[in-house]
Amino acid sequence: MDFTFNEEQTLIQDQVDQFIQKEYDWETRQSLSNSDLGFGDDNWQKFAELGWLGISTSEECGGFGGSAIESMLIMEAFGKGLVVEPFLETIIMCGGLIDEHGTDQQKSSILESAIEGKMHLAMAYAEPQSRFNLSDVVTEAKEDGDSFVLNGYKSVVMNGPSANKLIVSARTSGAQLDENGITLFLIDGDAEGLNKTNYKTVDGRRASDLTIENLKVTKDNIIGQINDGFTLLDSSIDRAILAISAEAVGAMEVLYKTTVEYTKTREQFGTSIGKFQVLQHRMVDMFMEYEQCKSLLYMATMKQEEGSIDSKKAISGLKYQVGKAGKFIGQQAVQLHGGMGVTDELNVGHYFKRLTTIGTIFGNTDYHLKKYSSL
Amino acid sequence: MDLKFSEADLTFRQEVVNFLEAEYPEDIKAKQDKRIPLEKDEIVRWQKILNQKGWFAINWPTEYTGQENLSVTQKYILQEELAKANTPTTIPFGMGMCAPVIYSFGTEEQKNKFLPSILNSDVWWCQGYSEPGSGSDLASLKTKAELKGNNYIVNGTKTWTTLAQHADWIFCLVRTETTPIKQEGISFLLIDMNTPGIEVKPIITVDGSHEVNMVYFDNVEVPSENLVGEEGQGWNIAKFLLAHERSGIAGIAALKRELSRLKDLSSNVPMGEGTLLEDPQFRNKIEETEIELTATEFTELRTLAAMSQGGSPGAESSILKIKGTELQQTISELFVEMLAYYAHPFYLENEIGSNETVGPDYAAPVMPHYLNYRKVSIYGGSNEIQRNVISKAILGL
Repeated sequence: MDFTFNEEQTLIQDQVDQFIQKEYDWETRQSLSNSDLGFGDDNWQKFAELGWLGISTSEECGGFGGSAIESMLIMEAFGKGLVVEPFLETIIMCGGLIDEHGTDQQKSSILESAIEGKMHLAMAYAEPQSRFNLSDVVTEAKEDGDSFVLNGYKSVVMNGPSANKLIVSARTSGAQLDENGITLFLIDGDAEGLNKTNYKTVDGRRASDLTIENLKVTKDNIIGQINDGFTLLDSSIDRAILAISAEAVGAMEVLYKTTVEYTKTREQFGTSIGKFQVLQHRMVDMFMEYEQCKSLLYMATMKQEEGSIDSKKAISGLKYQVGKAGKFIGQQAVQLHGGMGVTDELNVGHYFKRLTTIGTIFGNTDYHLKKYSSL
Repeated sequence: MDLKFSEADLTFRQEVVNFLEAEYPEDIKAKQDKRIPLEKDEIVRWQKILNQKGWFAINWPTEYTGQENLSVTQKYILQEELAKANTPTTIPFGMGMCAPVIYSFGTEEQKNKFLPSILNSDVWWCQGYSEPGSGSDLASLKTKAELKGNNYIVNGTKTWTTLAQHADWIFCLVRTETTPIKQEGISFLLIDMNTPGIEVKPIITVDGSHEVNMVYFDNVEVPSENLVGEEGQGWNIAKFLLAHERSGIAGIAALKRELSRLKDLSSNVPMGEGTLLEDPQFRNKIEETEIELTATEFTELRTLAAMSQGGSPGAESSILKIKGTELQQTISELFVEMLAYYAHPFYLENEIGSNETVGPDYAAPVMPHYLNYRKVSIYGGSNEIQRNVISKAILGL
């Protein structure tokens, strides 16, 4: 057992931390989030130049072949800065899936561009009725010669508006809830038959709902095998859970520390409110929840990296804890900031909003507790 | 960063398993498995067996044990296997508490006099900290030690003194001076329990057991050479010791064993057409507890890893005390829930394991354990005090 980071890992951690501190102050983040694009393309190009976009991509696909640990460190630092650039969607979720299961053609046409910062990706897996169940798929794909024709609807596709390519899950056989019979299709962002409704989400990001009508996809745009898409999707979401949990841990750290600092300066009844024991103990509980989350993050990330047999269980346990701790820390940070906590001006409310959406994305506490129990 | 066990670690685990198969006495094991409280001599016998193998005082510096130090991973493996086999919990007062004080602050004479007998479990220690008027506000303690010639004359009362009825020696916080800052007049004194003027009276707790005591000191003469450190240094020593006390307090390995036992047992408790373990409400509580336990386990491992890089157990160990004791209490509660009505028949220590008990064969110790374990969030510095410690030392409030 070893809980230390190697030299390269420490280096990348420092590099991302420095970027957040020097180039990603709160005003910058807000102006990027409020821009038309919803993030900074300059930043995205910088991430590409610094090699961050290729950190987890295999070497044969032009990346650095890093482990889940490197991704964790980047995402944790991004969480501290509440970074809005779609690293999770483009690189971790879609890039990772194509890297593992894509054809050579798919890898060379997509991955290289993605890690050079020239292509954005999104994963369309949720539907209005599916909640968090990845195998609840109504969108259907019917074979038609050397193509499939897709019809259906996909919900709240993160990074949908910017995505040049999307990975869409569709049913090619079986019943609505079957794990078998789901196929993953790669479609163009501007494909005929695809209608995107783009919008902002409460956490200052961008997403789309997709209406898919008679959208034709040639068979060379299938990722993996026909009817066999579920496992691919599922393992991609596992990686995404680890990444978004790291982001959450970063956000939690900022929130508990910001709250501690605030209560040292805010005076009421002639003294700083941080002197009140009822608030001190609340903040200690925030701190402990954060530490417990970080422990599970390390554990689950290492288990995933080592291909441990109980790694799926560890991931559900982690996501449960992230949901629970994120809600507690987020709500208490707002509470202890008083009226200021509910203003749009202060960053605290925005961290709270991101922790709130993270609590839901890829499954909330109820979903993951149930899943944990079944594994 | 990895969780892998090396070949050497796996060999070590096998060595522990082999040792337990060969050396863990059948009679003690039988009592342990039935949760029958052990007698003093049984605990001592087991501690001596562990020490023979070099696995008793595993946190002591190697110069005092003559044993090579185990790595963090090996300690983890050892504790896991000892707990899995349900071996007796070792008594911390000598080995885990007094000894670290003596080897960190004591004179050469004190080290030579006290450490070997602690290591070999020949001398049983107890802890004289709390007083009737000094609980969480420990520094307000009033037990007085006045230097007269070569002796301190000790007067006062200590309370909640665990297992003092068995103890040969007691380490005490005493007031050697009345100072404006109350912490500055406290000293750390070692006292032979056989000295005239000491009286021990039992306190019976809600579970009906005799574990804690009042200890009265009436003009007790203690040689001045039994002072550890300087006069007035006692509070710093006490804080040092509390951090040590807390770092092992979580008892993770035993918690894992008990939770898995709870799952096994509840999967055989009928409920409607299924079992209690299949009941969603009960099951949720088990899963939530297990996740919290895993988080605490890795928080402890992270703390231990940091310590092995040269850190000492500081305020971080307060997290482990809080989380560990909360888990101990939650699990003890779930056992009671599992038993429903059969948690209610009340048996004293000496009746547990006898043929007279009713209900499932594991039922008798469950409620006493639950009741007894309300203590864990109170002792070792209450969990509220631990939060004060974290607030001050880590959050800087």
